[in-house]
Amino acid sequence: MKQNYIRPLDLKRGRVDMSHGSGGRAMAQLIDELFAPLLGNDYLAQGNDGSVMPLPDGPGRLVMATDAHVVSPLFFPGGDIGCLSVHGTINDVAVMGAKPLYLSASFILEEGFALADLKRIVESMAAAAREAGVPVVTGDTKVVEQGKGDGVFISTTGVGWLPAGIELSGNRAAAGDAILVSGPIGDHGMAIMSQRESLAFESPIVSDTAALHGLVADLLASGVQVKVLRDPTRGGLGTTLNEIARQSGVGMMLQEARIPVQPAVAAACEFLGLDPLYCACEGRLIAIVAGADKDKALAALQAHPQGTGAAIVGSVHEDPHHFVQMTTGFGGKRIVDWLTGEQLPRIC
Amino acid sequence: MKYVDEYRDGELAQGLAAAIAKEARPDRRYHFMEFCGGHTHAISRYGVTDLLPANVRMIHGPGCPVCVLPIGRVDQAIRLALKHNVILCTYGDCLRVPASDGLSLLKAKARGADIRMVYSSADALKLAQENPEQQVVFFAIGFETTTPPTAVAIKQAKAMGLKNFSVLCCHVLTPSAISNILESPEVRKLGTVPLDGFIGPAHVSTIIGSRPYEFFAEEYRKPVVIAGFEPLDVMQAIRMLVRQVNEGRAEVENEFSRAVSREGNLKAQNLVAEVFELRRAFEWRGLHTVPYSALRIRGGFAEFDAEQRFGEDYVSVPDHKACECGAILRGVKRPQDCKLFGTVCTPENPVGSCMVSSEGACAAHYTYGRFRELPA
Repeated sequence: MKQNYIRPLDLKRGRVDMSHGSGGRAMAQLIDELFAPLLGNDYLAQGNDGSVMPLPDGPGRLVMATDAHVVSPLFFPGGDIGCLSVHGTINDVAVMGAKPLYLSASFILEEGFALADLKRIVESMAAAAREAGVPVVTGDTKVVEQGKGDGVFISTTGVGWLPAGIELSGNRAAAGDAILVSGPIGDHGMAIMSQRESLAFESPIVSDTAALHGLVADLLASGVQVKVLRDPTRGGLGTTLNEIARQSGVGMMLQEARIPVQPAVAAACEFLGLDPLYCACEGRLIAIVAGADKDKALAALQAHPQGTGAAIVGSVHEDPHHFVQMTTGFGGKRIVDWLTGEQLPRIC
Repeated sequence: MKYVDEYRDGELAQGLAAAIAKEARPDRRYHFMEFCGGHTHAISRYGVTDLLPANVRMIHGPGCPVCVLPIGRVDQAIRLALKHNVILCTYGDCLRVPASDGLSLLKAKARGADIRMVYSSADALKLAQENPEQQVVFFAIGFETTTPPTAVAIKQAKAMGLKNFSVLCCHVLTPSAISNILESPEVRKLGTVPLDGFIGPAHVSTIIGSRPYEFFAEEYRKPVVIAGFEPLDVMQAIRMLVRQVNEGRAEVENEFSRAVSREGNLKAQNLVAEVFELRRAFEWRGLHTVPYSALRIRGGFAEFDAEQRFGEDYVSVPDHKACECGAILRGVKRPQDCKLFGTVCTPENPVGSCMVSSEGACAAHYTYGRFRELPA
């Protein structure tokens, strides 16, 4: 049944106003003319408050993850808040070892936000969801007064299916395990930083935002004994490894020379006094695998297009203090500590 | 990364380490102070101490701009932001320095103060131009490196006739701090701080040149080697210091000749002299009140002096009783000698200023090196 509105939504010059969140006809129009056609799928088309979806057959469990996105700027080299909000949540599901199935999305829009920008964001979101094969099956829209938001915030939740037999958890790292990353670190953080108004510098750095479930599936299918998977977003590789070390009650030793960092990212970090170890990635995987399987794991990652830059960067050992340490390229040793404060605000 | 990796080369480092080990006499100990926080950071971050023989010890000096800022100065900045509702701009390192009443600039921001992190004085000036209806104050801290840009901002503000821009000037002087350490009773009389020489500042020296250190070498018989902030610079400087000690020399040598000359940057020096004059006295954290050790804005630029514009005078505030920042800044104690270190004072909840900036001795040791004291 097609609704008849007096005038179609002005997607070129129109702006979000308070009525778009009021639950009335204006909101219905926004959904019918913007969200539904772009994100369109059978579940959304049911038009109910929630969606009813089937689960795969066979033994397994559900995995659910949620992620709010408040990145500034909304559009950055290599992506925007739309695709980021799809990738971020898919990755949180994927690193549990699960196959992501469905997403929900809720939007908090600021009064005055350009509908053209909203359309671009939802288009990007739809493309990311389509490419990943994970539909957005339910959603919500709220509008806040001007000055109470920052254009648009997007919160997404993902549901995935974890087949029986896969057990990944941050507490499973053990002495002797190897630590791998799937590619160069810090791209997303520095892509965002290079766009900050106050710091405009020209750089070819592009965000690595991507959905990782294909890469994860290949790694798991390779028969490698995988203990922990994580995507190092805020806090970067350094903080993520500290989280795992604490959860597992182990220590880690990294080799600085083996950690892949793109030259442009290294240079930008140098310039701004930042450390790539704490710069966010949105399309990289940290894998902790049994030491004996490390070469096989590296080969499995490198065989996937998203893992060509993969590397073995360190190992896990026993340490009652749960320190993550690093042999520097210079030849000394140091701690790689938790990130203190915030290195880069609002990056995802 | 070209022109950076060359100065961090692991193989060259091993070669230098071997040379230092060979030249350092086994029958004596060497104690060198790296004045600058930039050196402290490099030593900790690259693990330089792992490459030094056991009888060569580095002592961290007071050259960290944030660390030497006394509580009262941060209080002053917070009062400007909270009481006078100015937009207060400062360098990122300053934001977390603990002030009175459990506040810091970051916490004042959460209470509604308009605090902005800037990368340069030019950013602060731009903010003033963009917000003509609001007063913008640049909280200017740092040694001689950051002083010329502040002078430029003040001169530009004057040329543009800006009525809403001013500077809370807390710029301090390196030579006064070195004299203060050399004159301190611990070094002069008691001998609790054995000091065999200094690694001289890198960036500061690009401005002031190597000449101001000649006095220390001659008067106090302490060798000074000016070094860059890269780890190989530090290693090379240590080797040069070991040689001077072994040969009984006390000279100013320049390892950082790619950037530092004897005279320094005369243009920058003239700019600073035009806008600033010596303060009769300035309170430093750790070094107490040091005569003629800081700068204030000259009368001709008085309208850009935030202290005068808002009538907010400096009020001295004592440090936390158990905090050893003072002794650590003078090289009398090491971070791990402080009872608060790593217990109640951590980078997340700093009690003293040395735990705040990444150039601070405590923060550098906590973040990069604290595994050394713990049993494996």
